[in-house]
Amino acid sequence: MTLDYHALAPEIVLGLTVLAVLVVDLLRVEKYWGAVVALVGLFLSFIPILTLGFCESLEFCNDMGTRMLFGNGYVVDTFSLVLKGLFLGAAFICILLSVGYLESDRFWQGEFYFLMLASVFGAVIMASSRDLITLFVGLELVTAPTFLMAGWKKGDSRSNEAMLKFFIIGVLSAAVLLFGMSLVYGTTGEFVFTEIRSISDSIRGSEREALFTVGVLLTLFGFAFKVSAVPFHFWTPDTYEGAPIPVTAYLSVVSKTAGFVGLLTLCYLAFRDVEFIWGPALWLLAALSMTVGNLIALRQESVVRLLGYSSIAQGGFILAPFGAAVAIGVTDAQLGEAFFATVTYLLIYALMNLGAFAVLIAVVNQRRSVLVKDWAGLFNSSPAIACLLAIFFFALAGIPPLAGWFAKFVMFRAVLAAGGGWTVALAAIAVLNTVIALAYYARVVKTAFMDPAPDTLHLADPARSPNPPSLRLAMSLTAVGVIIFGIFPGVIAGAGELAKTLVWGF
Amino acid sequence: MSFDNGWGLSLTVFLPVLGALFVLATPKENEKAQKWWAVLFSGISFVLSVVIALRFDYGEGGFQFGTKLEWISAISSQYHIGIDGISLPLLVLSTFVTLLAVIYSWNHWPDPHNPKMFLALILLLATGMAGTFVAMDLILFFVFFEVVLLPMYFMIGIWGDRAEVRIPVLNVKTEMRLYAAIKFFLFTLFGSAFMLLGFLALYFRSGDQGAARTFDILELGARTHLFSGSFAFWVFAALFLGFAVKVPMFPFHTWLPDAHTAAPTVGSVLLAAIMLKLGTYAFVRISLPILPEQAKNWAPAIAVLAVIGIIYASLACLAQTDMKRLIAFSSVGHMGFVMLGIATLTDIGINAAIIGMVAHGVITGMLFFLAGSMSHRYHTREIARLGGNQKLMPIMGGIFGFTTMASLGLPGLAGFWGEFMSLLASFNPLEGLSLTLFRTLMVLGAIGTVLTAGYMLWMLQRVNFGEPGDEWIGHEFNDVDKFEMGAWAPLLVAIVAIGVYPPIIFGATNDSVTQLVTTVFGG
Repeated sequence: MTLDYHALAPEIVLGLTVLAVLVVDLLRVEKYWGAVVALVGLFLSFIPILTLGFCESLEFCNDMGTRMLFGNGYVVDTFSLVLKGLFLGAAFICILLSVGYLESDRFWQGEFYFLMLASVFGAVIMASSRDLITLFVGLELVTAPTFLMAGWKKGDSRSNEAMLKFFIIGVLSAAVLLFGMSLVYGTTGEFVFTEIRSISDSIRGSEREALFTVGVLLTLFGFAFKVSAVPFHFWTPDTYEGAPIPVTAYLSVVSKTAGFVGLLTLCYLAFRDVEFIWGPALWLLAALSMTVGNLIALRQESVVRLLGYSSIAQGGFILAPFGAAVAIGVTDAQLGEAFFATVTYLLIYALMNLGAFAVLIAVVNQRRSVLVKDWAGLFNSSPAIACLLAIFFFALAGIPPLAGWFAKFVMFRAVLAAGGGWTVALAAIAVLNTVIALAYYARVVKTAFMDPAPDTLHLADPARSPNPPSLRLAMSLTAVGVIIFGIFPGVIAGAGELAKTLVWGF
Repeated sequence: MSFDNGWGLSLTVFLPVLGALFVLATPKENEKAQKWWAVLFSGISFVLSVVIALRFDYGEGGFQFGTKLEWISAISSQYHIGIDGISLPLLVLSTFVTLLAVIYSWNHWPDPHNPKMFLALILLLATGMAGTFVAMDLILFFVFFEVVLLPMYFMIGIWGDRAEVRIPVLNVKTEMRLYAAIKFFLFTLFGSAFMLLGFLALYFRSGDQGAARTFDILELGARTHLFSGSFAFWVFAALFLGFAVKVPMFPFHTWLPDAHTAAPTVGSVLLAAIMLKLGTYAFVRISLPILPEQAKNWAPAIAVLAVIGIIYASLACLAQTDMKRLIAFSSVGHMGFVMLGIATLTDIGINAAIIGMVAHGVITGMLFFLAGSMSHRYHTREIARLGGNQKLMPIMGGIFGFTTMASLGLPGLAGFWGEFMSLLASFNPLEGLSLTLFRTLMVLGAIGTVLTAGYMLWMLQRVNFGEPGDEWIGHEFNDVDKFEMGAWAPLLVAIVAIGVYPPIIFGATNDSVTQLVTTVFGG
């Protein structure tokens, strides 16, 4: 069997970059070169994604449609390419966020980029994995480095707490996941998703059904930890708060999206024909996540915790289309809409959430505080950053013409598409949550724009700590994206459409 | 795409936001340039809308100057714009008032100054408002409808009234502007989120019988047979919630007095003159043609709420001590007449509604300008402390008296036609609607006009007449300055012109309205 090197090119380039970063760290050069190498590597590994994606129109490309490797357990289809693009892009921004942050204090740098890239490598593998084992290995590769990254502020007890909590919960969720997977394997005898799907029908009504159901649910709950869906979210606020901010950004976007990739491939591929098992479960998780996340976010004094709960609530919105499967007799077309909505939401969410964290870092550079009340008068002291803050926070709230509205829109569209009382109820819950969410996003913006600066404020000397160029680049990229995709969401929607191949089959 | 099909209308809508970019690109110190950019872009936008009005073919009831382009193909939503006789007067009104607001701002800057941001927000707002009146696709409509939220939120929150208020229920003290800004935002978002669900429901139902699903307002209007029964009822309810909050109709009006009172002068003017019309316009443009059956079912309820609004607002006005708040409540009443006109579902009623909207736009816009300028000079809006304004500032007093008369519906001025005709229409509503109910409402509405005259005259008397209070003796007051005059004179002319010669409006609206009523309600 010859290996399709073109299909694996992103992984190969990324793998080489991971090693290169380690080597650069050994050289006697400035530490930020590690980041430069990482950025270049991410960029280079993005190129084969484009060539694979536009293979039809490229001359040198040997168009083989969907590429299946390793016994159908590893598939390079447009879904995986879209998600890989998302992971690489998000990691690019995360590294931009990290550079200045790590330079600002005595942090280890080379190892940090190595770990982050290794984690991204896992995420990229997950996007292609179509059997239980590859999926699990990919997930652990995503997660294990992040334990260390969460505790990167060695001297800080909160960071240590963040790491420990994250580690314990991470191991617990891996155990739950593995147990669920073993039950699924035990009852179906298959690892590969398509095989599981073809057997799952025959399990209905047999004595294995109960065990299989438990297996499916435990597998999904394992991922629910990963995407911090309520009630599996307890680690999230503490870990987000304690971890270095770029790591929090990474956790809330790349790591979370990796969890959603697991859910997407499992639900829409492996467990496609048993949607009556996961539909109600995920309906409940979605409703709980958005409601609980939003209500607790209302009370937060720290912007990091606020964004933590906000990301729990956003996770609920992303899960909501899955909940559409609760409708009786849901058709393939409707499931396709739900799938499209989740992928589109993930793409837009990555953009705006990374932007929000970039602004968070920029403000902390100035105000040395993550408390909402200390951000008062930001509009007067640094209007540009305040405006960016408003852009990202209102994008998260879903106000047109910022990109977030389209994410919310496709979510509502998918939920209502399925029809039926339960889905309409979910849509109504989502509407109420949209309004609640606005209250806390607007509160931060209000403080920054409308409250007078506190008298005790001693601004960090702007000459001493200007925002590093990498951070500015990250903010500009995300801001431009949020505005352009808000006015012309067709591009993002096109990517979401491409990803539908997973549901339509090959 | 040429001027007549697409470019003209698109430029009218998007020039202001382009102007906002120019304003933002100007250095902060160069305020003069910022103002000139703003005047230039809002001016061209106004001129273009006038050109469109002049080139408009009044003999034809359909949509003109429109275009249809690809926008978001994944959800089959298009950039479909166009205007007919119903939206034309409102489009011109919005560009007109925006330009005047920019002119007025020339030397009237609320604290904390920052003209750059302020002008950029006005221009962004202008695009949102004008866009709503030309959008022919539900998603495009939704986006424009929501675009106005952010600028208005910041305008109220940053430049608004800094008086302290105690928030009911939560029982905490905060500044008026902060409370009003978030209340406005949350109310509107609540309504429009349900509105969006309604749009989606229409979309999914529109796909039956082989035809592709669509968000196109005209297409949906041609498929009314698909929307029936309890489905249509709930969709109408969702749309109603979205539009009624924006109008605002009783009992969703509570954000309005706070927002209007707290907003800076220009903010109040734009809010009253244009933004309220987005809601009433949406009823005429979306609810009636797409869900005619439900419009008939809901009409009595809407009419009752409208009249409750009229009476309630009048009584509330009588109890106000703050001039701006009084004018704000009077808006609720005037919009009640507009909604009553729409609820009759007749051509007279809908014509009345549109002239009512335009008249309310110019008159109440003018009143808010006056209230702003007066509180700028007196540093208070307390009616009890004012008095003898006519003596202190004769020109301002004269204009104030004139505008008050217009607002209470004096025949010969703009405000008369809307009120009179919507009462007339409720004497004889669409066949099938309860005559008894509508005639009772007509009587109650007529009582409302008396009350309106009452509170308006009472305010006029207390503010303008009598002797100035002791605290003002010895003060020098500057009467109307040239920028104020520049902003106000066109409004005053419009008030007289529409009042004396209403065909300015009816000439545009009548054909479209008749066509709407005949095709949709068969009457």
